[in-house]
Amino acid sequence: MKKEKLIVILAGIVTGLAALVLTALGNPANMGFCIACFERDIAGALGLHSAAKVQYLRPEIIGLLLGALIMALATKEFKARAGSSPATRFVLGALVMIGALCFLGCPLRMIIRLGGGDLNALVGLIGFAGGIFIGTLFIRRGFTLQRNYPSRAVEGFVLPGVFVVLLVLFVAVPAIFKLSTEGPGSMRAPFFIALVIAIVAGALAQRSRLCMVGGMRDTMMFGDLHLLWGFIAIFVTVLIGNLILNKFSLGFAAQPIAHSSHLWNLLGMVLVGWGSVLLGGCPLRQLILAGEGNGDSAVTVFGMITGAAISHNFSLAGNPDSVNEAGELVRGGVSTAGKIAVVGGIVIVLIISLLNSRQEAKRNG
Amino acid sequence: MVDARGLICPMPVVMVQKAVKADKPDTLEVLVDNRCAVENVTRFGKNSGYQVAVTEENGDFRLTLTK
Repeated sequence: MKKEKLIVILAGIVTGLAALVLTALGNPANMGFCIACFERDIAGALGLHSAAKVQYLRPEIIGLLLGALIMALATKEFKARAGSSPATRFVLGALVMIGALCFLGCPLRMIIRLGGGDLNALVGLIGFAGGIFIGTLFIRRGFTLQRNYPSRAVEGFVLPGVFVVLLVLFVAVPAIFKLSTEGPGSMRAPFFIALVIAIVAGALAQRSRLCMVGGMRDTMMFGDLHLLWGFIAIFVTVLIGNLILNKFSLGFAAQPIAHSSHLWNLLGMVLVGWGSVLLGGCPLRQLILAGEGNGDSAVTVFGMITGAAISHNFSLAGNPDSVNEAGELVRGGVSTAGKIAVVGGIVIVLIISLLNSRQEAKRNG
Repeated sequence: MVDARGLICPMPVVMVQKAVKADKPDTLEVLVDNRCAVENVTRFGKNSGYQVAVTEENGDFRLTLTK
């Protein structure tokens, strides 16, 4: 087996194991790692939204970025660059987050949920693949967010700098942050263990180019299955781990932090897949690219954190199923505002796709 | 010559794919500025029946695809 393929499979296995270990150590079920959920928690910790159950300065996000940064510096791949339609990327990042929080998870958590037997994630996967397919149609007809350009090294250190400052502040004066006392935000693996695990996963994700969108996109566009192996490795690892730990539960209802509004799970992930393919990578990949010095990806991460704040401030995020005191299932779902936001998001992504494909289409025509 | 500097994946591979489909060249020079693009264009080139040589030039990479 080629070294390249081995690294991407290894990165997938390590990411899957990290998700299992972090859940065993205290992170929410089927949410060992979730880029969307954890950036949402960070937005909450900073008071950008006031949903009391989802506020925590998740070290996993900071660790993934720092791991990528360390690896990129060590391999001389760190290159500060920016200037590829940053405002468009900010908006796309926010919309991807709104779609992800409608479904209740980023593409990485979608795979982790699938490995836990959550069939709602299968519905999400169909939407995700559909969104990626639509995005690739626009790429084929000339969609581009244009080139980036070399910039001063400091540009590449902006997001890592922000995260390091937050890390130091959290350790020194945790009281300044808003922290959940109940709900998913209160369920936490030990801070420094989570940080170290995420640094290792981030370093491997940088080496392997692991990307949840890239696997399907490259398969559809070039018949290249390379990145898909990482995707499959995460799923298989989480599935086997859950079966061994007796945590596998197949079904739709009452899955951990999930709802069964099929249409909205589907459309939420259409928005995530389509938006991410235009951005050139999934939310995890945006963090890793930001660690390599890509200022456009850093802007995308800021957009995602803003999208999380918008989601919770305007009650757009999905409500998970729950069990009431009488032991009855209370079905969750998506509010009318959330449904409008997802449909509106898809329309905006369509407009962005059309407007950024136009020139090429004219030239070809 | 395909100049894909400043572009992140999949754009460099898309440009190379278009050039290969349109002209079916025996040799094709490709310029990229990140290793991820080097790996992806190399994989695409080999899958399309080309031999691929890579040289580094002032922080950029020149890939030469040869039938």
